[in-house]
Amino acid sequence: MQADAQSLAAEPVDARTQETLHRTARPYMHPYLAGFGLGLVLLAAFVIMGRGLGASGAFSSLVAVGADAIAPAHARANAFYAEYLGDGTVNPLMDWLVFEVLGVFVGGFLSGVLAGRVRTGVERGPLISKGMRLFYAFVGGGLMGIGAKLARGCTSGQALTGGAMLNVGSWAFMMCVFAGAYATAYFIRRQWQ
Amino acid sequence: MNAPFYKFGLFGDNVSLIVAFFIGIGFGFFLERAGFGSARKLTAQFYFTDLTVFKVMFTAIITAMLGLFYLSWMGLVDLSLVYLTPTYLLPQVAGGIILGVGFVVGGYCPGTSCVAVSTGKLDGVVYLLGVIAGIVVFGELFPLLGDFYTATPMGQITLPKLLNVPYGLVVFLVSLLAVGGFAGATWVEKKMASRKGEQPL
Repeated sequence: MQADAQSLAAEPVDARTQETLHRTARPYMHPYLAGFGLGLVLLAAFVIMGRGLGASGAFSSLVAVGADAIAPAHARANAFYAEYLGDGTVNPLMDWLVFEVLGVFVGGFLSGVLAGRVRTGVERGPLISKGMRLFYAFVGGGLMGIGAKLARGCTSGQALTGGAMLNVGSWAFMMCVFAGAYATAYFIRRQWQ
Repeated sequence: MNAPFYKFGLFGDNVSLIVAFFIGIGFGFFLERAGFGSARKLTAQFYFTDLTVFKVMFTAIITAMLGLFYLSWMGLVDLSLVYLTPTYLLPQVAGGIILGVGFVVGGYCPGTSCVAVSTGKLDGVVYLLGVIAGIVVFGELFPLLGDFYTATPMGQITLPKLLNVPYGLVVFLVSLLAVGGFAGATWVEKKMASRKGEQPL
């Protein structure tokens, strides 16, 4: 990091602007360093808040609020939505995970901008059309939404948080995530390879 | 030091939302730094060509696990006040498998898709819409799924409690497992790179 900052500072300002203009993406951080940073963020959540990280929960709040706006009686009668809607004394969007996920968008953007990695496009392998890739993205997202709710959390809330707390259900969940993904990978290899 | 601070009433709910926002910034920042805003980087894990997902995830787990262990051992963090999600084994096994399939089909998980969206990936946006649709489907089916959702309850339980061995021993074994896993992952990456004659992404 330090050496990185020094080499940046040593570069003339013009060269740096030029680099931003050409949007040359800088290489990713070393996996162990990024993992260490991620671990410290998770530890901070434990120490400051007494809870871990999450992601899918924020979208559940959003869905529950949407359902409540469209069909209030229907939403309130559903135990799943009702849990996210609460007792009505607090706005369900004034929620810890909702604010955390807003931060994730901002943090991702900051890191992307600083590294010249913000650019619009569709991530896909060379053998698949844009339309098919977007179709797969939607289907995969849908499966992820269902799976995360069934498991009471996703990669952040279960695998990372529960993994670090040695939670039995989280470790079982994590093994199954890898098993499910490896078992499917071969059949959709054309999308990525 | 009395931690978790929030649980000891050091600040209220409003401040906790500001804390949430800043912790989220840190989370998103390191996800993007690791390359997790890229679906091809993430899914390369499942083709053995780039095992960054495994390395980052387990380094994060080990870091937080060791930090929490030592802080509680020194009496600085009251571990009983850190929320532990209760285990419901069968729905979590089923959810994990479905989520794993969704991961390799969609290319992201919910957290990483947020980072993909904020770095301009259209597939990330569509993926997130899919996640929302999936939650709607789950919510609408919830009256039917309720029984399965609460099947095989085991309560709030950790591996040391389940196996009836000391907390520190499990922490040590998981750390060993991770170090072995890292060495194995690097070996697999090299093997794959030489086979394909290309560098990992």
